[in-house]
Amino acid sequence: MSFNQSEFFDLGYLDYLSYKDTFIHRLDPRAKFIVTLVFIFMVISFPKHEISGLIPFLIFPVILVALADIPIKIILKKLIVVSPFALMVGIFNPMLDRKILISLFGIGISGGWISYLSIIIKFILTISSALILIATTSFPGICMAMENLGMPNIFILQLMFIYRYIFILGEEVVRTNNARELRSFGKKGYEILTAGNILGSLLLRTIDRSERIYQAMCARGFNGKINLFKKSRFLLKDFLYIILLSGFFIFLRLFPLSQFIGKMFI
Amino acid sequence: MHMADALLSPTVGLSFWAGTIATISYCARKLKNEFNDKIIPLMGVMGAFIFAGQMINFTIPATGSSGHIGGGLLLTIVLGPWAAFISIASVLFIQALFFADGGLLALGCNIWNLGIYPCFIAYPLVYKLITGSNNSNKKIMIGSILGVILGLEMGAFSVVLETVFSGITELPFLTFTSIMLPIHLLIAVVEGIVTGTIVIYVKNIQPDLFYSDNKSNNTLLNLKKVLVAMSVLALITGGMLSWFASTHPDGLEWSMGKISGREELPPKEDIFHKTLSKLQEKTAFLPDYGFKKPEMAEPEKAESEKEAWPAVSGGTSIAGILGGILTLGITILIGSVIKFFRKRSLTNTY
Repeated sequence: MSFNQSEFFDLGYLDYLSYKDTFIHRLDPRAKFIVTLVFIFMVISFPKHEISGLIPFLIFPVILVALADIPIKIILKKLIVVSPFALMVGIFNPMLDRKILISLFGIGISGGWISYLSIIIKFILTISSALILIATTSFPGICMAMENLGMPNIFILQLMFIYRYIFILGEEVVRTNNARELRSFGKKGYEILTAGNILGSLLLRTIDRSERIYQAMCARGFNGKINLFKKSRFLLKDFLYIILLSGFFIFLRLFPLSQFIGKMFI
Repeated sequence: MHMADALLSPTVGLSFWAGTIATISYCARKLKNEFNDKIIPLMGVMGAFIFAGQMINFTIPATGSSGHIGGGLLLTIVLGPWAAFISIASVLFIQALFFADGGLLALGCNIWNLGIYPCFIAYPLVYKLITGSNNSNKKIMIGSILGVILGLEMGAFSVVLETVFSGITELPFLTFTSIMLPIHLLIAVVEGIVTGTIVIYVKNIQPDLFYSDNKSNNTLLNLKKVLVAMSVLALITGGMLSWFASTHPDGLEWSMGKISGREELPPKEDIFHKTLSKLQEKTAFLPDYGFKKPEMAEPEKAESEKEAWPAVSGGTSIAGILGGILTLGITILIGSVIKFFRKRSLTNTY
């Protein structure tokens, strides 16, 4: 939920990762975007007591992390750091749902624990797939995908602007924070009034900056709309990527692969 | 508090996405018709300001913990509702991608919860009405605090509704509400005070900066427009929700407590599945071996469900667990093999 300095540096790191050159990185952003959406949708559509059906879906993030050369550490770190809202809300399940649903070797396991485990797995799957999308696709690429899928131009422009200026304003804030720390001792300097005034002056400088940006844009012939992207070609491999992976996810959704593998051994 | 994918049913997630996308395109059209181009870079940089501003911490009095701004109402005060909504939506989009806040399906809910209420309810109905045309410092402060409280409480209440409608958690509606609303009241008071401080600071230096609807001073007319737009949106969303609910009863009815394992899977009878189950029977050592009948809450329900192919029973559960562990092992193995070969090919090239 919070954006702090370490998040700011992670942002730069993810940006760096997204410009690597692997098979996954070279795929069309639209293909990767659509496949990620299908994946999340299939995962979320499982009922609440599902565990075994969800496990095979792990193959997607695992293979992508391996193929795209993403350090697994950054994904794990994000999974742990990320706001634990789902886990906090889910922890009530084992307390409230005490019906024994399955029993293993004489030990009954309540429905609450099963649905909580299911929430955790869904959490890992959805969060990691979104992170992998951004680590394998440059941000302008994702914006292009969104525009081609029909989002309004002005929304895409906002994404591009924010992304460009996060880094600039972020560095300004790192300097501001340093200055504040150098001038304050102990707990001083962190009062709401001080923070509010710092934020106020940052706001003023931000608005001034937007004025200068606007003048620069006008000088370069801005007329209210920016044509952002040259049309990129959608290749056969992108098409195949969508068809094969979406088909695979739908197959996993309908066919309990884990149980099938398990039964082969029982 | 951000809604998360893992707590969401597809029905609820898609309905809120529909409402959110409708609002984004409405705002986009609104901006195209009414505003000058200057707002485009301003919106973008203000979005970046929200990120940067969240890096500036302050201590929350009496608790000792530290907090940061959220900025929904602040954006609306600077940009006006239409532009602010798009700006908030893009901030949340970037958060969902880079910081994995919530997730992509829950993003629709999050934009709704954190965008609609400050932009179209708290700002016009509370902040604008309190501050009016002559905005004294006191009025700004009161307006900010009350505005943020209304916006955040409605957002928190939405999170409760979305969670309960999705039915993934067991948390009862009233308990959840009684946890969420007080927590967010505290957050909102602090956020409101900080917002007020910022607005007052900026107003003292550059009073003409804030958004004002100078085309028509008739705020009542604008209010009406906002209310009409809101109710149309609510109707559309409600319609979508009930349509989804009727075609896919798994979403809403699930939350009514009909919990008996894998209700969603109908028995598949096409050739593909027949072949697979035959193969399965041949390869299995103990075909159709059930360990212990599960104790169901609704026995008659369980009876009717039992014969369905992937019925819930101890045996299939064990198969499921064993299979799950095996699949996990295979998955990790595949991953490490790919990683190993990639590393080798990389070291070979250098």
